[in-house]
Amino acid sequence: MERVADPLAVGKPSALRTQSETIGFLIMVAALVIGPFVTYPLFLMQAMCFALFACAFNLLIGYVGLLSFGHALYFGWASYLSAYAAKAWGLTPELAILTGTVTAAVCGLVAGSLAIRRQGIYFAMITLALAQMMYFFALQAKFTGGEDGIQAVPRGHLFGLIDLRNDMVMYVVVLVIFLAGFGFIHRIIHSPFGEVLKAIRENESRAISLGYKTDRYKLVAFVLSATLAGVAGATKAIVLQLASLTDVNWPMSGEVVLMTLVGGLGTIFGPVVGAFVILVMQFKLAPIGEWVLVIQGVIFVTCVLLFRRGVVGEIANKLRIRL
Amino acid sequence: MFEMFGISSQALFGQLLIGLINGSFYALLSLGLAVIFGMLNIINFSHGAQYMMGAFAAYLILQYSGLGYWPALIIAPILVGITGVIVERLFLQWLYKLDHLYGLLLTFGLALIFEGVARNYFGSAGLPYTVPESLQGGRNLGFMFLPNYRAWVIGGSLVVCFGTWFVIERTRLGAYLRAATENPTLVRAFGINVPRMITLTYGFGVALAAFAGVMAAPIYNVSPQMGSELIIVVFAVVVIGGMGSILGAIITGFGLGVIEGLTKYFFPEASNTVIFVIMAIVLLVRPAGLFGRRA
Amino acid sequence: MRKTLGLAALAAVLACGGASAQQVNVKIGVLSDMSSLYADIGGPGSVAAAKMAIADFTKDHPDVKVELISGDHQNKPDIGSQIANQWYDVDKVDLIIDVPNSGVALAVSQVANQKNKVFIVSGAAASDITGPKCNANTIHWTYDTWMLANGTGTAIVKTAGDSWFFLTADYAFGHALERDTMAAVEKAGGKVLGKVRHPLNTNDFSSFLLQAQSSKAKVIGLANAGGDTINSIKQAAEFGIVKGGQSLAGLLVFASDVAALGLPTAQGLVLTETWYWDMNDTNRAWTKRWQQERQGKWPTMIHAGVYAGITHYLKAAVALKGNLSDGKAVVAQMKSMPTDDPLFGKGTIRPDGRKVHPAYLLEVKKPADSKYPGDFYNIRATIPADEAFRPLKEGNCPLVSG
Repeated sequence: MERVADPLAVGKPSALRTQSETIGFLIMVAALVIGPFVTYPLFLMQAMCFALFACAFNLLIGYVGLLSFGHALYFGWASYLSAYAAKAWGLTPELAILTGTVTAAVCGLVAGSLAIRRQGIYFAMITLALAQMMYFFALQAKFTGGEDGIQAVPRGHLFGLIDLRNDMVMYVVVLVIFLAGFGFIHRIIHSPFGEVLKAIRENESRAISLGYKTDRYKLVAFVLSATLAGVAGATKAIVLQLASLTDVNWPMSGEVVLMTLVGGLGTIFGPVVGAFVILVMQFKLAPIGEWVLVIQGVIFVTCVLLFRRGVVGEIANKLRIRL
Repeated sequence: MFEMFGISSQALFGQLLIGLINGSFYALLSLGLAVIFGMLNIINFSHGAQYMMGAFAAYLILQYSGLGYWPALIIAPILVGITGVIVERLFLQWLYKLDHLYGLLLTFGLALIFEGVARNYFGSAGLPYTVPESLQGGRNLGFMFLPNYRAWVIGGSLVVCFGTWFVIERTRLGAYLRAATENPTLVRAFGINVPRMITLTYGFGVALAAFAGVMAAPIYNVSPQMGSELIIVVFAVVVIGGMGSILGAIITGFGLGVIEGLTKYFFPEASNTVIFVIMAIVLLVRPAGLFGRRA
Repeated sequence: MRKTLGLAALAAVLACGGASAQQVNVKIGVLSDMSSLYADIGGPGSVAAAKMAIADFTKDHPDVKVELISGDHQNKPDIGSQIANQWYDVDKVDLIIDVPNSGVALAVSQVANQKNKVFIVSGAAASDITGPKCNANTIHWTYDTWMLANGTGTAIVKTAGDSWFFLTADYAFGHALERDTMAAVEKAGGKVLGKVRHPLNTNDFSSFLLQAQSSKAKVIGLANAGGDTINSIKQAAEFGIVKGGQSLAGLLVFASDVAALGLPTAQGLVLTETWYWDMNDTNRAWTKRWQQERQGKWPTMIHAGVYAGITHYLKAAVALKGNLSDGKAVVAQMKSMPTDDPLFGKGTIRPDGRKVHPAYLLEVKKPADSKYPGDFYNIRATIPADEAFRPLKEGNCPLVSG
C-alpha cells in the first residue's frame, strides 16, 4: 500500500543532493530578508508564523507518518495564552511567547498520550475530536473572550528594551524565531532520533522488532510538533495583537494540512512554500469571498488525486534532489 | 422523587427527550459513517456536507416542484445518493490502494467544495423550511410540551436505523456486504460484483446522511455550515462506538444524545464538550471503542 | 486699459480660486458581514447605501472624488482586524464604516486608533464603544445596546412584563445588551429570574427555550440578533411558548428580520429602532432608490446610518480641505459640526463619539392591519434624543473628563 510520499523513494538521488538543502535554505533566507522591503511586512510575518506551523505539522505527517487533524489546538491555545500573558499579566513578549509555547507542549503531551494509542485514521479522528473539545472549551472560558477573542494585545518591549510596535523591528524578531524553529526541525530530521522516526513511518513492526520503543518515539515527536506549532501561534498573537476562536477551530487544522499537502508532505521546504502559496491565494481572492473555500477544496482534491508530492516534492523528484 | 435532590423532574425529562432527538441525528449520521467505513475503509469527511445537501435538496424540491416534506424524504436521499455514487466512481475508487489518510483528505476537500458552493449560491444566513402540516402542533406531556414533529424525528430515525441494521446483519445481501469487507477477492470469485457493491454502499451511506438532512430541515436552520458543525461530534460518537460496528453506531448515537441532554440540564457549560470527554475516557479504557472490533 | 486688464486679472484669479477649491480625494471602505448572520441587516445593503451617499454628495460637490471598496469580515475579529490593518496601511483608506458585530467593531476601533484614521460604527451595538472602550478615532452612529435596553426594556416592564429570562448571544454584543437591559428592567421595578448564553449562530434553541419555559418568567428577552433572533422566535413558536402565556421581547429586531419571519409569527413584537423606512416621505423616496440595488429587500436603520455617516464625514472632509491624514482631527471636526442629513434630520455627535438622535418605539402590526408589502410597524412612541441614549457622564469614557 503506497505510503505518504517520500520524494527519495523514486529513482537515484543526484550529486546535488547534499548541497540542495543548503542552497534552498539560502534562497529562502534571501527572500525573507528582501521581502519586507517589497511587500507588506505584516503579511510576511503572518506568513512566517503559518509556515512554522506547517513545518511543525509536517514533522508528524511527513517524517513519522501520523496525520494530526487537530493541530489548531496547539497553535490556537498557545496564541491565547501568549495574548493573555502579554495583556493581562503584562509579560514582555519573549516571556509571553514562552508561556504560549509551554501551554502547547503540555497540551501536546496530554493529547499525544491519548491519540498515540490508535493508528492511522483513528489517530487522525482522535486528534480532531480532541481539538474540537478544546475549541468548545475556548468558547466558554472567560479569559479567551469567546467570540470576541483577546484584543488589543500589546506588542510590548522585547527583553524590556526593544519596542516592538515598529513593524520592521517586529519583523526581524519573527524572522529570527522562524529560522530558529526551522533550523530546529532540520536538526531533528537529520539526527539519529529522526532516522528512527522515519523507520517507524516505513515499517513500525520492524522498528519494534529491532527493539525501539516506538510509542515513546512517537510521543516525543508529537510533543515536539505541538510545541513548535505553539511557538508559531504564540508569535502570531503578538504580531497581529489578537487571539481568537479562528485559531483553535477545525478549519484552521484543515488549512495547515492543505498548506503542507500543496507544498509537499515530507519535504523540509514544502510547508513553507505551501503556507505562502495558500496565504497569497486567500489574500488575492478575498474580494470574491466564498469561492476561497471552493478553491481550497478543489486544490485538496487535485493534490490528493494527481499531485500527491506537492510543489516542492515534484521539483525534488524531477531534479532528483532532496528538499 | 427527584425533588429531594432539588432537581425539577419536569425540566430533566424535557432535556432527556431533547437529548433523544439530537441522538436520533447522531445515530443516523454515525450509522452512515459506519456503513461506509465498514465497506470502503474510508472516513467520509464529506458526510456532514452530504447531510447539508439533503436539507438543501428538500428546500429546492419544494421551490421548484412544489413537492413538500414527505416526497422529499424519499427523493432527496435518492438524489444525493446518486451524487455519492458519482463521487465514488470519479474520485474514491483511485484511493483504495493508497494510505487511508488520502481518503480522509479527499473527502475533506469535497466537503469544502460542497459547502463553498452552497454558501456562494445561498449565502450563510439560512433558508426557511417549515414543518409539514400533518406534523405541526404538539401535545403537552405534563413535564414538557413535545412538538409532534420532534416525536416523529425520534420514531423515524429508529425505524431507519434498525431497518439498516437488519438488512446488514440479518439478510443475505448484508452477508455479501460483510463478506466483501473481510475478503473481497474471495467474494469476487463467487461471481459477486464487488466494485458495484462498494459503489452502491457508498451511495447508500450518503443517502442516509441526506435523509437525516431532510429530517433536520424543518427544525434546524438550513444553512451551508449545518453539516460541518455536526460532523465532528459524529466522529467522536463513531470513535466511542467503535468503527465498523453498525449496532454500536446506533446505540452510541442515541445514548450520547441522551447524555448530552442530561449535561445540558446539570452542567450546561460543559454540554458541548461532554461527548469529547467521554471519547477521551473510552480511549483510555477501551481503545477499540465500546462495540468495536480490534482494528 | 490697464484698469480693465487689472480687473480681468483679478477676476481670473478669483475665478481660479473658486473653481480649484481644493480637490478632495477620499477613500472609503464598507466593512460588513456580507454572507453570514448579519448580511441582511448590514452587508450588501450597506454598500448600496454608501454608493447613494457618495452619489448624492458629489452631485453637489463636484470637486470631491470618492473611491469606495468593500470587504467581508465574516463576523471574525481577526479577519476584521486584518482587513482594517491592510485597508488603512496599504490601500490608503481614510474611513471604514459599518461593521455589524460588536466584537469585530471593537477590534477595528483599536486599529483605527493605532493608525490614526477614522471609523464610523453603524452596524454594531455594544454601548462600550462609546463607554470604557471609546477612543478619539471612532464614532458610533445609529444605535446601541443602552438605547435598545431602555427603549424596549422599560416599555415592556411598564406593561406588566415584570419578570424576565434572558436568552443571550455569547459575545460582546449579547453581554452588553443583556447587561443594559437587566439594568433597565430592574430600574423599572422588574425582576430577572435567570439567563442562558448560547453560541453565536446557533441552529437549535430547543434546550435553551425549554429552560426559559420552565423559569415561568413572563418575558423571555432575546439578547441576540439576526439569524439567531429569527431562529429563537421560530422555534419558540414551535414549542408553544407564546401560546403558553409567555411573551418574547426581541431586544434587537430589524425590518429585514420581520420580513423573514412574516407578520403572523412576528406580530405583537415590541422593538426600538432609530429609523424606519415608512416614517415619512423622504424615507420612502430614499427606500425606493435603495431598492433599485437591493430588490425585494427592506432597508434597516443600519443602512440609513451608513448613508448619514458618510454624508457627515464628507462634509467634514470638505471643511478640512481634504486634509485627512490626522484621523483624530477629522473626528474632532465631525464632532464640532452639527449633523443634518435627510434621514436622521438634525443631531449632534457627543465628545464620547456617540451620535444622538431620537428613537422610536415600534410594534409589529397584525397581518390584518398591514396594507402593503413592508408595512410592518405601528409607531407607539417617540423617545427624544436627549433621553434615548445613555447620559454622557455615566459612560466611563476616558475622553470625557469629570
